[in-house]
Amino acid sequence: MTTKAIERRAIHGTGKQYWRRLGNEVRRDKWLYFLLLPGLIYFIVFKYLPMFGIVIAFENYVPFSGVLGSEWVGLKWFNSFFRFPAWLTYLKNTLILSLMNIVFFFPAPIILALLLNEMRKLRYKKLLQTFLYVPHFISIVIVVSITFVMFGPSGIVYKATQNLLGHAINYMGSPDTFRWMIIGQTIWKETGWGTIIFLAALTNVDTQLYEAAMVDGAGRLRRLWHITLPAIRSTIVLMLILRMGSMLDTGYDHLILMANPLNRSASQTLDVFVYQQGIQQGQFSYASAIGLMKSIVSVTLVLGSNKIAHLLGEQGLY
Amino acid sequence: MKKKQMPESIIINGKDITKMKISSGPVGQNATLGSRIFDVMNYLIVTLIALTTLFPFIYIISASFATEYEITTRPMFIIPQDVTLNAYKFIFSSNKILQGFRNSIFITVCGTAINLFFTVTMAYALSKKRLRGRNFFLNMVIISMFFSGGMIPGYIIIANVLNLKNTFWAVLLPGAISSYNLMIVKNFFQGIPQELEESAAIDGSTDIGILWKIVLPLSLPVLATFGLFYAVGHWNAYFGAMIYMTGAKEKWPLQVLLRELIILANGSAGDITNMDPEFIQPPEQSVKMAVIVVSTVPIMCVYPFLQKYFVKGVMVGALKG
Repeated sequence: MTTKAIERRAIHGTGKQYWRRLGNEVRRDKWLYFLLLPGLIYFIVFKYLPMFGIVIAFENYVPFSGVLGSEWVGLKWFNSFFRFPAWLTYLKNTLILSLMNIVFFFPAPIILALLLNEMRKLRYKKLLQTFLYVPHFISIVIVVSITFVMFGPSGIVYKATQNLLGHAINYMGSPDTFRWMIIGQTIWKETGWGTIIFLAALTNVDTQLYEAAMVDGAGRLRRLWHITLPAIRSTIVLMLILRMGSMLDTGYDHLILMANPLNRSASQTLDVFVYQQGIQQGQFSYASAIGLMKSIVSVTLVLGSNKIAHLLGEQGLY
Repeated sequence: MKKKQMPESIIINGKDITKMKISSGPVGQNATLGSRIFDVMNYLIVTLIALTTLFPFIYIISASFATEYEITTRPMFIIPQDVTLNAYKFIFSSNKILQGFRNSIFITVCGTAINLFFTVTMAYALSKKRLRGRNFFLNMVIISMFFSGGMIPGYIIIANVLNLKNTFWAVLLPGAISSYNLMIVKNFFQGIPQELEESAAIDGSTDIGILWKIVLPLSLPVLATFGLFYAVGHWNAYFGAMIYMTGAKEKWPLQVLLRELIILANGSAGDITNMDPEFIQPPEQSVKMAVIVVSTVPIMCVYPFLQKYFVKGVMVGALKG
């Protein structure tokens, strides 16, 4: 008998007694189980069934035969993806966009939080924060719509560049500008909101350190660099690890709004591929296989970067 | 109207944090020249960033009141010369857009009601430590926060297995519970004093009666907060309606309509074949702007309430890790 079973027997009594008690407790809490039921059904149907539904990545899924009745094909879809000559382009576009996101978007909330933290006029700071948080609550469709209206052929920015440079830039339909537009929209929408977590971390800075540094003659920038920034280092590392986990996620709901045939060569990422193959063309098994591959790489990236964080002496995610 | 005052003083660990200087700079007379320059630059930069954030909204709002002629001939302006309501008149006479507005309101109201029902019932059951199997159910919720089947298996369940395509259920049910919100509501219920509930139990109330008569009235502020967050999510959602309601345009919410009206109508987009003949001709710029304004107004109306609660919400999340 395992120790766990012995423990259970010690607490709950033997066989029959245990079951009787269990029955009594369930009967006593019958209304609680009744309340639990809707949520439980929701989790099973909308969260757990899809998790098991991932087996279609190894099948030739046909809606008519169902998930259980479709033919098993093993790794066929994974093989056909790597035989498909453009797969490298999809991977390249995904990685470039993610790297640009980390290089240009990731530091933005940190810098803004540091700047906000230096403001001492609290009421004015609060007013600016009110403005800065607004875009987070705006839907991505509206963000892209605003971009189209302002950067499209009759928009204000389009005309301004035309006047300044003497020639127009096709912001919305060119692979050269596509990535910058995506990063710009992300920066505009999420920088303000992203500051909150860093501002929270900044409240833990030991103010005595500033006084000590001041005595030593350190200027504002030096204090910022040597005291404030190190104080939020672990938060930055944590956010970076989380960001690594979504390295292959380029935000399909954002990208498919911005993607069009003209910027195709830059806008085809793995996310867009899954959407186009799966939902638009009904290649469910193929798309699931790519989705599954993405998830596996993501988990590996999180575990890997967490390990690196530990090696660097940070607490990391867990 | 009297402005709301800052709290007089908040004392933590014997320090008044409203008067504590968190910034790295010295105060008042001690400030050196370099430090002052730093401050001026800092205020300037942050103000500029905030204005850049606001600019698109200001431009869209003002241009929605401008004439088409002015938008095309005078590209840079903040205040239009001739103010006209034509764009708004067009919107409110277009059945398609009004229908979209009604659908969005319907989805938001019903969706939020479903969210609150599912979240509250499950959170209450899970808040009771005496419940047998509680840990199993809690783990089930937590695991679902880290793993998901992905886009396609979810689509198959909703479209092929449950056959919910072209019904409102396809956008109302799949997000019925946010695991994260569920855990916060559960923790809140756990914090309600047990004595209150026990006294009701002695009076013969069932668990459902206690939830309805005692717990819910005490949790109204929490329910309002999460209701608001769920509602904003529904109002802003477009992806579900876009993929599940391909055959039922009369059920499209405003966001999907907006995509067709502004993004696809731009001509450069791919699936022009799916488009409504009414909008093959791109609508006027001012009409586009007016639609953007109209679909943003509801968010702006609830924004002050959102702002009151959201920082707290994010903090709770940050603490729980």
